[in-house]
Amino acid sequence: MKDMAKQDLKKSEHPESETRGTGPALGALLLKFRAFVALIVIMVLFTFLSSTFLTWSNLITVLVQSSINGLLAIGMTLVIVSGGIDLSVGAIAGLCGMVVGALIDVGIPIHALGVVVYPHAWAVVLIGIAAGALAGAVNGWIITRLNVAPFIATLGTLYIGRGLALLSNNGSTFPFLDGTKAHGNMGFPWLGNGLLLDIPVPIWLLAIATLAASAVATRTTFGRHIYAVGGNERAAALSGVKVRSVRARVYVISGALSALAGIVIAAQLDSAGAAAGTGYELNAIAAAVLGGTSLMGGKGTITGSVIGALVIAVLVDGLILLGVSDFWQMIITGFVIVVAVAIDQVQFNAVKFPWRGGAAVKR
Amino acid sequence: MGRVIFQAKQICKSYPGTIALDHVDFTAYAGSVNILVGENGAGKSTLMKIIAGAVQPTEGQLLLDGEPVAFATPTEAAEKGVGIVYQELDLCPNMTVAENIFLGHEPVKHGVINRQHQDDVTRHVLDRLDHKIDPDQVVGELGVSTQQIVAIAKALRRDAKVLIMDEPTSALSAGEVETLFRLIRDLKAQGVAIIYISHRLEELIEIGDYITVLRDGKISAHAEMDGLDIPWILRQMLGDTKLDVPHHGAEPSVDPILSVRNLSLPHTDSGAKVDNVSFDVKAGEIVGLFGLMGAGRTELLECLMGLHPEASGQVELAGETLGARLGVEQRIDRGMMLIPEDRQAAGIVQTMTLGENISLANLTRYERFGWLPRNFGARDVASTIKELAIKATSAAQMITTLSGGNQQKAIVGKALLIRPRLLLMDEPGRGIDVKAKAEIFTIMNRLATEGIGILFVSSEMKEIVALADRTLVMSEGRITAELARGKYDENDLMVSAARAREAV
Repeated sequence: MKDMAKQDLKKSEHPESETRGTGPALGALLLKFRAFVALIVIMVLFTFLSSTFLTWSNLITVLVQSSINGLLAIGMTLVIVSGGIDLSVGAIAGLCGMVVGALIDVGIPIHALGVVVYPHAWAVVLIGIAAGALAGAVNGWIITRLNVAPFIATLGTLYIGRGLALLSNNGSTFPFLDGTKAHGNMGFPWLGNGLLLDIPVPIWLLAIATLAASAVATRTTFGRHIYAVGGNERAAALSGVKVRSVRARVYVISGALSALAGIVIAAQLDSAGAAAGTGYELNAIAAAVLGGTSLMGGKGTITGSVIGALVIAVLVDGLILLGVSDFWQMIITGFVIVVAVAIDQVQFNAVKFPWRGGAAVKR
Repeated sequence: MGRVIFQAKQICKSYPGTIALDHVDFTAYAGSVNILVGENGAGKSTLMKIIAGAVQPTEGQLLLDGEPVAFATPTEAAEKGVGIVYQELDLCPNMTVAENIFLGHEPVKHGVINRQHQDDVTRHVLDRLDHKIDPDQVVGELGVSTQQIVAIAKALRRDAKVLIMDEPTSALSAGEVETLFRLIRDLKAQGVAIIYISHRLEELIEIGDYITVLRDGKISAHAEMDGLDIPWILRQMLGDTKLDVPHHGAEPSVDPILSVRNLSLPHTDSGAKVDNVSFDVKAGEIVGLFGLMGAGRTELLECLMGLHPEASGQVELAGETLGARLGVEQRIDRGMMLIPEDRQAAGIVQTMTLGENISLANLTRYERFGWLPRNFGARDVASTIKELAIKATSAAQMITTLSGGNQQKAIVGKALLIRPRLLLMDEPGRGIDVKAKAEIFTIMNRLATEGIGILFVSSEMKEIVALADRTLVMSEGRITAELARGKYDENDLMVSAARAREAV
């Protein structure tokens, strides 16, 4: 077995396997960029199968379709890398959509003065995101202060969030979010349907969030600390990482991004529904895992997860173009999730238990 | 001499970077208590798990009654007559005694569990142990010593020929230990070979018939217990070879870099405590902290690093008082760092590269306007790898692919980057090969000449004697001796380490 360690050293003389792999260099490379490889493969496949797939308008549609899941997957990735999980993202998206809907349709009544304040559309967006960040902070507080396992804590807040969203307007939607000239709060739907330089706004939002989160993850102390906490909490703590603070903050980011996703949904539909975002947490986890994020924590990239979200969106779009029914789409998406997690397990074994996982990779 | 019932021959077990067992021979005799002893990390628990089928050896052979056997799982080992009672009793507290004893082997009749049979066998086994315990009682409601008897009954259900007991007395009171020993003597009389693992040396003398001592994954002694004493066992456990590291020879400064007064920590999960400890460490001085397992050495270092806010007493670093609630990161900022004992659990971040591990504690110093520049810390990492002679192809190599010694150097390198004034090192030589050990110790000597104060814990007397300018001996949470370099020998260390133990 000492020999095996030596072999590992030798293997890593190859530049490809230098970064992550203990398995064969090509296998490790394919594993690492599996989301990208998968994206290319299915895009080539659909290009051959459907004449309308590789067109500008269809590709834009796919990107818009992926933007919601992409935003959620970014936050989810940071949480999972830190060693946690956030099941409440869909509920926070729905709740914050309702917050935004209420602010536009009902405004903020100030009873003492007998007036109703209608915030500007931009202020509405900021308040909505702040509400999401607050919800995330509650998650972080429950997890790090009350020591509730992340899965359970966010499962609880999933229910609470969805319940609050339904309660906010007695289960009804807030329709017509265009605002009125009299209230000075017009322009909100632009976030969902508007164009900037011929490209829909949600795509811009996803691009900006991807770049920003990627920069935070790779180019800040906080980002590096997220990876350290997820990789080995005790070693991180002894290296001066404020473990509790790091673990709490990733939920705040995830909450804020969930809110942004919920706002985009409301803007796209021009109406805020309490059920919006139901089940999206699982799509986000699927995208993150597909993109190479390890559910054991410590490993994963923002760009990988966004590519993972694109894979899912391309898959759904291509299947629709081919006339495959909704039901089959679900089955195939489920298949992709299972395969992704299976790949994650193989990769986990290879890294954490090289003495037995190495063989698993070869198999 | 009893009949040989079980033999392990030339057992090797290695994990990446470390060799846990190196051609180990072990023999157990029927109707005898076969002691297995060794310091933490000596390979005891690995050997025990191999015998019990929980771990597969890399090389070597197991013989039961002279027949070669291989146990793929603990269940298989149990079926063939090798039972084990773990230190942390593997019982389900929510289930009854009978259910626990039959867990995984429920007797089924017509598709349902045959409770009658289950209870009958349970009663029979408990009778054999001469203990009347109700088979229908829920295990969680029983006392620890009774639970232990249930665990033994579970292991004996299949007429075990060999019974492994891992630290069976760790949770028992003196009276309960007597009961257990009576039980062990009964089992001996029935011809069972007992493999007994314990740190409590007095116990071993009392109950043992044969003793096998492991040190650094090798057998250092195998003998009949007759006429052996505790110092003999300690010598075999800790070794007495000299360590070839030249001492730094520099005079430490007069001023203490660390000053500890009346530091106390009531108790921890591990049961160890720190009891009213006072001492100084001077700049440029290497202070050794010797003691046996559970003496409170690790806990003392943890208190100093701020991991136990509930600790009381005064700690000063270079004249500045460190409050008990001061966090790890603030202590690192002030120039102290802990290099933990358990490299895998608390030292390295397995998912990161060598370079990422080395720079981990130093990130804020690389920040420019809140951002980490491209290739931040690369120069520090490169010079650390070069200075400490870490064998790696590049800083981008995963840390888990390095040997134990090189991982340890990486952790030391991480600590050095914060430009420490005081290093707390818990067993810096543990689990790494002799050459890497000598390199680490040479580095420690060099750091002392550069004016860094070092407080290091070791269970190995040769390390203490070779390295320390001054040695503090701990026992039962207290400092029982302070020994100046060259003015003591290993015997003094042992006597001091066992001192409070005898008193208790």
